[in-house]
Amino acid sequence: MDKILEIKDLHVNYYSNRRTVRAVNNLSLDMQRGRVLGLVGETGAGKTTLALSILNMIRAPQGKIISGSIRFDNADILGMSNQELREMRGKDIAMIFQDPMTALNPVLTIGEQIAETIFKHEKASKAEAWSKAEEMLETVGIPGVRAREYPHQFSGGMKQRVVIALSLACNPRLLLADEPTTALDVTIQAQVLDLMRGLIKTNNTSVLFITHSLGLVVENCDEVATMYAGEVVEYGTVEQVFGNPLHPYTKGLLGSLPDYSEGSPRLRPIPGLMPDPTNLPKGCYFSPRCPNAMPKCHEAHPENSSIEGHLVKCHQYQENLHVEQSI
Amino acid sequence: MSNQTFLRFFKRQSKNISQFWRQFSRNKLAVASLILVLIFALIAIFADVLYSYDFVTSNSLENALLKPGETSTVYFQEKDIEHTFILGSDNYGRDILGRLVHGARISMIIGIVTVAMSLIVGVILGAIAGYEGGLVDTIIMRITDIILSIPTILMSIAIVTALGNSFFNLLIAISVQLFPKYIRIVRASIVSIKDQEYVEAARVIGASDLRIILKHILPNITSPIIVQSTLNIGSSILEASWLSFLGLGILPPKPEWGNMLSEAREFIQYAPHLLFAPGIAILLTVLAYNIIGDGLRDALDPKLRR
Amino acid sequence: MFRYIMRRILMLIPVLLGVTFIVFSLMYITPSDPAQMMLGANASPAAYKQMREDMGLNSPFIVQYARFLFGYKHPIFGYKGLFFGDLGRSYVSNRIIFEVIANSFPNTLILAVGALILALILGIPIGIISATKPYSVADMIFTVFALLGASMPVFWIAMVLIYIFAMNLRLFPAIANPGNFSSLVLPIITLSLPSLAIIMRMTRSSMLDVMQQDYIRTARVKGMDEKTVIFKHALRNALIPVVTVAGLQFGGLLGGAVLTEKIFSYPGLGSIMVDAIYQKDTPQILGSVCFVAITFTIINLAVDILYGFIDPRIKSTFSAKKKLVRGNQ
Repeated sequence: MDKILEIKDLHVNYYSNRRTVRAVNNLSLDMQRGRVLGLVGETGAGKTTLALSILNMIRAPQGKIISGSIRFDNADILGMSNQELREMRGKDIAMIFQDPMTALNPVLTIGEQIAETIFKHEKASKAEAWSKAEEMLETVGIPGVRAREYPHQFSGGMKQRVVIALSLACNPRLLLADEPTTALDVTIQAQVLDLMRGLIKTNNTSVLFITHSLGLVVENCDEVATMYAGEVVEYGTVEQVFGNPLHPYTKGLLGSLPDYSEGSPRLRPIPGLMPDPTNLPKGCYFSPRCPNAMPKCHEAHPENSSIEGHLVKCHQYQENLHVEQSI
Repeated sequence: MSNQTFLRFFKRQSKNISQFWRQFSRNKLAVASLILVLIFALIAIFADVLYSYDFVTSNSLENALLKPGETSTVYFQEKDIEHTFILGSDNYGRDILGRLVHGARISMIIGIVTVAMSLIVGVILGAIAGYEGGLVDTIIMRITDIILSIPTILMSIAIVTALGNSFFNLLIAISVQLFPKYIRIVRASIVSIKDQEYVEAARVIGASDLRIILKHILPNITSPIIVQSTLNIGSSILEASWLSFLGLGILPPKPEWGNMLSEAREFIQYAPHLLFAPGIAILLTVLAYNIIGDGLRDALDPKLRR
Repeated sequence: MFRYIMRRILMLIPVLLGVTFIVFSLMYITPSDPAQMMLGANASPAAYKQMREDMGLNSPFIVQYARFLFGYKHPIFGYKGLFFGDLGRSYVSNRIIFEVIANSFPNTLILAVGALILALILGIPIGIISATKPYSVADMIFTVFALLGASMPVFWIAMVLIYIFAMNLRLFPAIANPGNFSSLVLPIITLSLPSLAIIMRMTRSSMLDVMQQDYIRTARVKGMDEKTVIFKHALRNALIPVVTVAGLQFGGLLGGAVLTEKIFSYPGLGSIMVDAIYQKDTPQILGSVCFVAITFTIINLAVDILYGFIDPRIKSTFSAKKKLVRGNQ
């Protein structure tokens, strides 16, 4: 299985009002081709920043990619020129954002907005681009004739479908979906996700599915990575991670889900708050909240340990490895 | 209303004020403009100390059109005085800087009085319009629209022509241009808040209307009103200079920057200082108010706060 | 679309009525006595009484207002009324009020339209540049310039420009008339400066606003190049409020023309008004103000309608309603 995306040791900072926000810290992540990788984390964990970094769209002076490498299908993204990046965006890698209401330009027809990508990236004429745009609309369940209409004439769910049509128009190899259904009603959510699943399968698109909903991950993803304070703390297939969660944070997330079977009335949230990204704790970022924290955790930052492809960044498992090795 | 409530109110305000000042002072240009305005205000208040009013309004034709910096003898109040005309003299031999100084006083009075008048009228009308709604609201808004559809200078010309040329009529003519802006601000704020749920909630637990006004509406309108007032002082001074230039406002020999310019018209080729002195005075004053207004707007905008 | 236009026209009528009412009321309360102006100071009381009767000044306010709008039947002092474009003769200058206006207004229009075009041609591009490089040196310079433009009295700018370009550099004449193009340069530049300043700032802030929007991020993520993002995606949205402001500016231009024309001795409505002020020719002054106000209101209507055409949200809501019915969720 080959890798479509390899991120190594990525550091991304934001700068505001004389403070440095460490949004992404020493993040490493690999994606397999043709799979759906769920990226789970709370708000503020750095997920959107990561997605924008993949497209090298972190804007100075507010933000900067400090160090690290991102390889997409063996191409070095961070080394690309602006021209190359623009050609790649929309064509090889596409992104959908969370809020469909504001993602489309109100003064252009939706057909125009889809056709312009096609016109730019594929060697099509304006007429061909337009009819392809109409086709794309049909695939997401919108009558092609409506391509002449403006975004405000569509509901939220339909707008998001337009956005999906837009992103898949040039058949990208990688789709970055940043909480694509969070802003939608539950029933519409289901519709849109069904649609996405269908299209992804047909085109064998690889997907980075960013969400804060564990349920959606289980339903739609093959692999999952949990993100905390700008780094990936656990990664594996959905069966591995949800069947046998290793990292205390992942366990906490799963444990905080209401358990209806037990009839227990109280919710069990993870105590404490996410650390302040301008002032990250020493050692493991999760240590202040971790129920299994050892003195070592507050001192040294853990490395990745791997158990049959199931990666986890936690001192507990490093200890075990050490113990195993010394036997 | 208890003393407690007022006390808390003022404590919160003083915290807001210091936070505001920190934000405002980052804008160096605005602070400089504020200093300039204060200097002008001081000059205006102490005008008589710097130059006597009579000196500045009496002719001394033998000293006409002196260049800036020239010294000459002026026969004033039955004495011969050696006087240096720092900015030169006008076509009647009057000291230009002295006239500018007294003009500053007149401009300041016009600015403050017109803004105060229009603020009171505008806020009250806006409050009525917003609070009552319905027909009253429609009428007030229509009147505002009508006033706004007549270009400002023309409206002022019309008013002064009709009512006669006096200082009071000048103030009225200028104020009429200014109060529609206040009406809009206050009304918009009230309308947006009136139907909010938290106002209903406050009413349900027995809060009086006064409390609602103090707690919810006042904080919302204070900032835009302060910003608008600052900008309005500048507009008012500009407007007054227009009217005086036309002969519809302050008439010579009273020194007003606008009428000084109209007197200068014939002489600009030979004595450009007649043109530049009052013009730059107007320019600096209005510019300062505009910069302060802009700075206030940025400093008070909650969206830009850290 | 038609309904939108009709609705706008309907809202216009009360405003027009209001404007005429205010102007007429001002005329009504003017202290000068028209009868005295016509007869001089030495006529007999009976003569004044007769004159007042003839001029229709003894009728109640409402009647006089109605006559103002729709005409007054009288062999000597009659006129067809504002509605028909006739306010009779001024009792001060003895000229036909509307004739004077009609002869001079086109000249004023030349200046005002020229100034507006100049303000747009310069203001919008500068605004765009400022918005794409905010807080750069260029932006700072432009901002200062805009602040200056909004703080200087137009008549002063006129005089300064005359001083520099007409008297010293001798590049342009100090007296302007519509036949001579080079003489129009200075007055048009003078008149356009305040509007230029406002349009510049408006474009800048509108563009900055628009550039923050999500759909601009979408356009970039699609791989569109910066030029397309700015001109196709951002500008079309940003210009919408600028159009409104430009229309409103026209009123200021008409007002600003008043003094500018006088300084350049330009034969437009502004000069007429200034002369009328010096002569205390109240009917001429107020008739002119009325005319300009009505023109301005109509122009605002035109801008409103234009707005309906450029903003698709309005355009589509009022056209083909049937399209919205099908294809819904």
